[in-house]
Amino acid sequence: MNGPTPVWLSAVYLVLVFACAVGLAAGFRGLLALAAPAGLARTLRSAPLTASFGLLVILLYFLAALFAPVIAPFGEREVVGGQFLPWDSVHLLGTDNLGRDMFTRLLYGARNTVGVAFITTGIAFFAGALLGLLAAVVGGWLDQFLSRTVDVLMAIPALIFALLLLTILGTSVVNMILVIALIDSTRVFRLARAVAMNIVVMDYIEAARLRGEGLYHLILREILPNAAAPLVAEFGLRFCFVFLSISALSFLGLGMQPPTADWGSMVRENATLITFGDVTPLLPAGAIALLTVAVNFVVDWMLHRASGLKE
Amino acid sequence: MVARRLGLGVLTLFVISLLIFGAVELLPGDLAQEILGQSATEETVAAFRRELGLDLPAYQRYLTWLGGVVQGDFGTSLANGRPIADLIGVRLGNTLFLALYAAVIAVPLALVLGILAALYRNSLFDRAINVVTLTSISFPEFFVAYILIVYLSQTGFFPSIARIDPDAGLGEKLYRTFLPALTLTLVVTAHMMRMTRAAIINLLASPYIEMARLKGLSPARVILKHALPNALAPIINVVALNLAYLITGVVVVEVVFVYPGLGQLMVDSVSKRDITVVQAAALIFACAYVLLNLLADVLSTLSNPRLVHKR
Repeated sequence: MNGPTPVWLSAVYLVLVFACAVGLAAGFRGLLALAAPAGLARTLRSAPLTASFGLLVILLYFLAALFAPVIAPFGEREVVGGQFLPWDSVHLLGTDNLGRDMFTRLLYGARNTVGVAFITTGIAFFAGALLGLLAAVVGGWLDQFLSRTVDVLMAIPALIFALLLLTILGTSVVNMILVIALIDSTRVFRLARAVAMNIVVMDYIEAARLRGEGLYHLILREILPNAAAPLVAEFGLRFCFVFLSISALSFLGLGMQPPTADWGSMVRENATLITFGDVTPLLPAGAIALLTVAVNFVVDWMLHRASGLKE
Repeated sequence: MVARRLGLGVLTLFVISLLIFGAVELLPGDLAQEILGQSATEETVAAFRRELGLDLPAYQRYLTWLGGVVQGDFGTSLANGRPIADLIGVRLGNTLFLALYAAVIAVPLALVLGILAALYRNSLFDRAINVVTLTSISFPEFFVAYILIVYLSQTGFFPSIARIDPDAGLGEKLYRTFLPALTLTLVVTAHMMRMTRAAIINLLASPYIEMARLKGLSPARVILKHALPNALAPIINVVALNLAYLITGVVVVEVVFVYPGLGQLMVDSVSKRDITVVQAAALIFACAYVLLNLLADVLSTLSNPRLVHKR
């Protein structure tokens, strides 16, 4: 890459990339519809192109994360050449600030960054949803206590609160996971409680209570199945937020610690290249953006279907 | 109504100050020991504790701290012993300048685009805007920032490093901080625009809009005169929410553009574990956030005559 590409050329690239994406998405949708059983196939065929594009991207990321050691030509932390080598046939995307292979680290990043984000979302979701449902079912002082606590925690902007807690606890991956899980679980709690509040007043819940069903049965058997659709969509959205916060913290140098390959830190480590007109550092940032866009597209489609909106 | 909301706002501020101060107390073990590290001798730790006032009971320290904060005295930095008020002063002004700059561009832009999208609903324009905004919501701030650097700074239009002189003229300042402001604009416009569109479309289903249409009014008049005033409350809310988001978004953007603002100071202090500075910065960011939300609630109450003149 020598100097910045002219703007018209990038516009041509952009159109080409967009056309390819549309084609791929359409092809993938057809393929899915063929492979899926009859009932699912009809739903899939009616999916908008954005959603099938999202599904395709998520699948690719999943495969990259799963098979990173097989696909990657070098080791994650292996120094393989000079610093900031340009793109060539050996180092597909060049090397980074310490001479590690960029392509390899991008692949491992799928594993580390997405993996950590997934674990964090899982913890946040489990804690938030469980407490939210519990607050709705039990009500009374437990509900008051949990809701007011969440109100207080949500009064401080998320990133600022995360920075404060990380200062106190010290920066490490485990601390980052716990801090972000805590902050995001408050948002999940709000939603889970609101959804469950509408279900708790239903007749069948009353019936189950009169039958003498325990708390466990009420939450898992009666409420959870009926709250599943909004909660699943929330999981997708929450994942995006968690993923972006983790990337932001890593970019600020407060999240994942080197030498772990992580997209946020990779942008930070190689940012100097950008001032020389090289777009390589944009790749990990783009990888983050692409996955968030993909998840958003799929969630958008699911919400659209769940709400029965046909517009 | 308004008075009660204001009272609640003051209470929130109080609870936040308590939380920010109290978070340090949650630290397992001792702050002084934690900062000085394992190798510190008993005497050093004891001396450090006395210097920080850690030997006093917590409530007494809280009252002293709060009393100082109210008078603009945030104590001294743990890292270099300078008064925090001196560190923060100019930077706070810079941060507010940047946030205001972005808001002045973003708010009108978002409102106009949102109204246009609602006016030409389901047209190609609307769909294109929908995909573009959904995409830009999903982008991490640093990705947007670096893309702008590649295209607008590499080509020599704008400087990529927003170092500003305190005594530079306004024109010079606006020019130097254009890229960070544009980044923030791009990040917040999408959400505001989508919510504006949603709020207006929501109203378009109401009977009085149908009435206005049947009277033969032009679509633009229906939206501007009949729908917009009733959509003000949700729009004000989302504008305030995004301005509040600007305040946290500013942290990452300041780091990318090396802008001497409060966010950058906070990030530096987190890695140095300079707890007192982080506390001060967190308190300022959280206060701004709470005040903006408070302002939004008050304004949206005032925009609705039914709430102002309650029976």
